[in-house]
Amino acid sequence: MNPHLQTILNFIQNSNSLSDADKAVLEKAVKDAGKDFEIVTFKLDRTEKVKRTTSILLEETIQELELKRKIVEDSKEALQKSLEDLKAAQAQLIQAEKMASLGELTAGIAHEIQNPLNFVNNFSEVSSELIDEMTEQLEKGNTEDAKAIANEVKMSLEKINHHGKRADGIVKSMLQHSRTSSGKKEPTDINILADEYLRLAYHGMRAKDKSFNTAMKTDYDENIGLIKVVSQDIGRVILNLITNAFYAVSEKKKSNQDGYEPTVTVRTKKINNKIEVSVRDNGTGIPQKTLDKIFQPFFTTKPTGQGTGLGLSLSYDIVTKGHGGELKVETRDGEYTEFSIILSV
Amino acid sequence: MENIPNSALSYQYKSYIHRMKILVVDDEKDVQVLFEQRFRKEIRNREMEFAFAYSGEDALTYLNQLHEAVLILSDINMPGMSGLELLRHIKEKHHQPPPVVMMITAYGDADNYNTAMKLGADDFLTKPLEFSLLKEKLKAIQ
Repeated sequence: MNPHLQTILNFIQNSNSLSDADKAVLEKAVKDAGKDFEIVTFKLDRTEKVKRTTSILLEETIQELELKRKIVEDSKEALQKSLEDLKAAQAQLIQAEKMASLGELTAGIAHEIQNPLNFVNNFSEVSSELIDEMTEQLEKGNTEDAKAIANEVKMSLEKINHHGKRADGIVKSMLQHSRTSSGKKEPTDINILADEYLRLAYHGMRAKDKSFNTAMKTDYDENIGLIKVVSQDIGRVILNLITNAFYAVSEKKKSNQDGYEPTVTVRTKKINNKIEVSVRDNGTGIPQKTLDKIFQPFFTTKPTGQGTGLGLSLSYDIVTKGHGGELKVETRDGEYTEFSIILSV
Repeated sequence: MENIPNSALSYQYKSYIHRMKILVVDDEKDVQVLFEQRFRKEIRNREMEFAFAYSGEDALTYLNQLHEAVLILSDINMPGMSGLELLRHIKEKHHQPPPVVMMITAYGDADNYNTAMKLGADDFLTKPLEFSLLKEKLKAIQ
């Protein structure tokens, strides 16, 4: 019993001023109080134990949570890293695709530069010959003939300048194509851009496959003027669409249909405040079940190693995300395909 | 006519007989200016006469209308009808006398050469053209 209660109990028992009946009542009350006290103490003790256990549990839970937080943090970091890796891989793939298309173009570009260079060389030789002739005529006193020759020299020099600029333009566009896109929208003549890539793609294709040939039709709307686009990017899209068209007509030609005349048409059109650039071929067309997948990354119908499967997917991104435009396709299996880039101006 | 010296008349007559008509086929339009300047003297002296076509199709139309070109110089690499197809058409038609056909290509590869020869090409030249060499060849034919 609690020593204080014991003291009270002893005091009651030893008291002379209390009746036995009173003593009994008080003793019982003290003993009951003692029991109650013990119960309270026991309960308190138990509560204390529970509290300790809970506190231990809580501690453990906190530790566990901390551990979990660390795990989450680690995986977050890991995810972040994989995201960065993925982004880097994507950038590399885009670059690889760009380089692949540049590789396809290299021979075409070489051919396209060779032609103007031949003209530059030839016309400069001609000019030199003409000057000799002119001197001859002047010595003879034939001023009129000399003047006529001078005109010829002038024409030759204009040709040299024209073809020099042509070669310059080709080199510039090649550099632009290989460079990482500046992402800046600049006023661009879409007709010139389309025509340049049409020629490059044609010669590139010819260099790769000597039997390749196709009629090329162009229909450029001269009212378009300059429009603001990332010219490298849109150039790549046009190039991609043209090389696809060439591939489609050459595949169809291989099936040896009588009277088949491969034709690729590049057309630009201004409709209200929209510009449409379309590339149409009378090649193999796209079957319906393939049509759903053509814009998916890595989807290709070409044999392994011949296509990255990124061309159309990147083109789609450039047109829609990069320029807020649309890339549409219209096709009939075995007959034709027409891709249209639609841009708002 | 009586005032013209005899020698000049005979010269004109002679050159008319020997004038050589050449059809140049190339999709590069400036080839015309280039040939006209390169063969300036020959054209002026009426030793040679040039006609130009910018595609295989144009060349065939020209040949079907006027069968007078004795020599055809054709580029192989042209959009639409290639130079080789043009060659096949010309040689199949059996023009009499058959025109001499020289093929020109920027890709001096064996495939093109063999095909051209099989189709009956008379000569095969590679770009860039060496005009002094071409002149010699033309004069030899003349």
